[in-house]
Amino acid sequence: MLTSIKLVEEKREYNMSHPVKPMSLKEREVTLRKYHPDYMEGTRRELRVGINKGEYLYNGIVDLLEARSVLDPKDIDLSKIDFDVDLLIVGGGGAGTVASLFAYESGVSRDGILIVTKLRHGDANSMMAQGGIQAADRTEDSPSLHYLDIYGGGHFTNKPELARSLALDAPRIIRWHEELGVMYDRQEDGEFQELSGGGTCRNRMHSCKDYTGMELLRNIRDTSRNLEIPVLEFCPIIEFLMDDKGQVAGGIAFNLETFEYYVIRAKATILATGGSGRLHLSNYPTTNHYGATGDGLVMAYHVGANLLDLDTIQIHPTGDAFPEPIVGILSTEKIRGLGAIPINKNGDPFVFPLEPRDVESASFINECKKGNGIVTPTGMPGVWLDSPMIDIIHGEGTTETKLAGEVRKFKRFGIDMIKHPILVYPTLHYQNGGVEINEKCETKIPGLFAAGEVTGGVHGKNRLMGNSLLDYNVFGRRAGIFAAKYVKKVKLGKLTPEHINKYNKMVEKAGIKQKKTAPILLPEYRGEMALSRALDIF
Amino acid sequence: MSNSKNVLMEKEKKANEKNNKVGEIEVFIMGKSYKVPAGLTIMKALEFAGYRFIRGCGCRAGFCGACSTVYRIEDEQKLGFDLACQKVVEDKMYLVQLPFVPGAKAQYDINKVEPSDSILLTMYPEIARCVSCNTCTKSCPQDIETMKYIQMAVRGDIARCAELSFDCIQCGLCAMRCPADIKHYHVSQLARRLRGKYIDPKSKNLSKRLKEIDQRKYDGEIEKLMKMSGEEIREKYKNRTIEAEESVIAGGD
Repeated sequence: MLTSIKLVEEKREYNMSHPVKPMSLKEREVTLRKYHPDYMEGTRRELRVGINKGEYLYNGIVDLLEARSVLDPKDIDLSKIDFDVDLLIVGGGGAGTVASLFAYESGVSRDGILIVTKLRHGDANSMMAQGGIQAADRTEDSPSLHYLDIYGGGHFTNKPELARSLALDAPRIIRWHEELGVMYDRQEDGEFQELSGGGTCRNRMHSCKDYTGMELLRNIRDTSRNLEIPVLEFCPIIEFLMDDKGQVAGGIAFNLETFEYYVIRAKATILATGGSGRLHLSNYPTTNHYGATGDGLVMAYHVGANLLDLDTIQIHPTGDAFPEPIVGILSTEKIRGLGAIPINKNGDPFVFPLEPRDVESASFINECKKGNGIVTPTGMPGVWLDSPMIDIIHGEGTTETKLAGEVRKFKRFGIDMIKHPILVYPTLHYQNGGVEINEKCETKIPGLFAAGEVTGGVHGKNRLMGNSLLDYNVFGRRAGIFAAKYVKKVKLGKLTPEHINKYNKMVEKAGIKQKKTAPILLPEYRGEMALSRALDIF
Repeated sequence: MSNSKNVLMEKEKKANEKNNKVGEIEVFIMGKSYKVPAGLTIMKALEFAGYRFIRGCGCRAGFCGACSTVYRIEDEQKLGFDLACQKVVEDKMYLVQLPFVPGAKAQYDINKVEPSDSILLTMYPEIARCVSCNTCTKSCPQDIETMKYIQMAVRGDIARCAELSFDCIQCGLCAMRCPADIKHYHVSQLARRLRGKYIDPKSKNLSKRLKEIDQRKYDGEIEKLMKMSGEEIREKYKNRTIEAEESVIAGGD
């Protein structure tokens, strides 16, 4: 590793003045086909049950969808309602919390709202996003260009009306953040410092150092706490409830600490459970938080909602490859946005630093497969990201102020990224697809709205940097507003869990023999030795 | 999940291989001895030993503050404070997690609060009791100058308090150690919101753009893009100029 670092240092000046050109659409296509897991054999298989039957989805997702429900309806008594509310919000991350604020503003009473979440309020991928949030507000830029970037970055597979909402609502969201008190990075005259991200044609990445997600959610969560919107923590929803008119009408929550269930009846339900990185699809490590196990996909599928684009996953090009304790954790795209270039073993650049994420990832994998990667003592491959370039370009101190979180992370392990390059390799980052929604965040099932990473259609088959923070704000807001309207007119019928029985029968009929149940709620990371001796008696 | 199980087994195998190389160490989880491979984070070591987290585990990457951990190495005087997901285990480490911190925050409507010199003192009067012992700073896993930002809060310097506290992950270790019962992380949350809302200058470009959007200036343009054939939109996408490319060629910034 050290000899290779020497080469990186020697060639740094040359590399900075001889950039690699972006790929043409054709070159992108070739790179993706050869080296991205979305195009490889064996990563996906045909789904045998439900509305998406016959489509190819990632194996780990198919495993979940072909499992019986974790809940046996015989075990619950629906005659006693524990929480009777107007609006149930499933998930206390970014999308869910934003939805609660706009539902409140749109007339749902505080006590008519209930946020139910698996871990703590705010434990979510939204908290971890670092690089920034896109919004076309500079004069050189326009929402139309933003739209074009979203749609092209998604390989022209997005639902156009969702991409439009994302681009057109973006400046309004930034204004709302200003009103909440978000401390965006600004120039002295008050204009935002805006950088480029992979696949964006203009600099439109707004950031708060490299803690953008944390700063946004801190403000949003604090607002919800000031309003005292009720939150039930450590109580994931494990299945939705329906009524005899075929509407979603609440859910069953499971208290992870006491193992009790709670019956929640709701006039409208917003699904905001986030993504599924902890399924480790295609065996990748992940940047995601502990609870990202795809529960929302499963529950929505059980009530008959359809799924989009789960034949793709987003691997983020710059997961950490060294040191071992942080393998798979994210190094933000902002590092490249600030000018750092990916470099191979021989000290040579091999790809334009800001291709869309799937293309950038695929070319890293390619470089390593060609034998031009660096291999760590624990056998992990990687390429260099030449972070010292940042201070050379923007002046001393830039890395420390703009990438405080990254500098801190590496410092813990004795690595100074201001002076030395860091080693990176793609890691599982984002669920591109999910439950199909329309511009009002309605799913195909009445009473069920959805927003954020759990949804599909916004990003098509590949999301660009800075569009997920934007996504949860834009669609969390819309979900809150439109669910509030729906609440005013809906009449609920009699509660029933019959859809669960029906789903289980369907799985049985398809001849699927699987002992597993779903949703899984949390990943299993206990040591093999301990697990192999565990008794299930207590 | 068969997939994640495979990952797990591979991880385990790797961990075991490594274990043979660098040996195992002894840690005490709430006083109870376990042998774990060296080189794991505290979080992964607990899992290796057979613990399954419900509390005390969130983002696993140093952002959420769920896994605050207090430790002491056997025979050492000093107490250590860190995040279980970021700190690597050491031999003879005594570990306990602190997954929840009791500490009410002030209720306010940010639109009605004024960024006056005395606002932080009014909302959190206990900050006046700070005895400058600096224990908060020493217990911060983010190495934030916690005491200093509390001093700024007492002084009414909202902007500086906000700046110094910016990297706070709200784990609450500071508040658990404070002899004056200050809830530092709540104080600084308010300071940052006040600064973001009232003190930092605002963008004129954004206001201009919002006006244009309200006047529906871009509706037609986007509508046109939405109606283009696959070929047309690809052509349009291909031919757009890339600002980042130009700035790279121009040598940056």
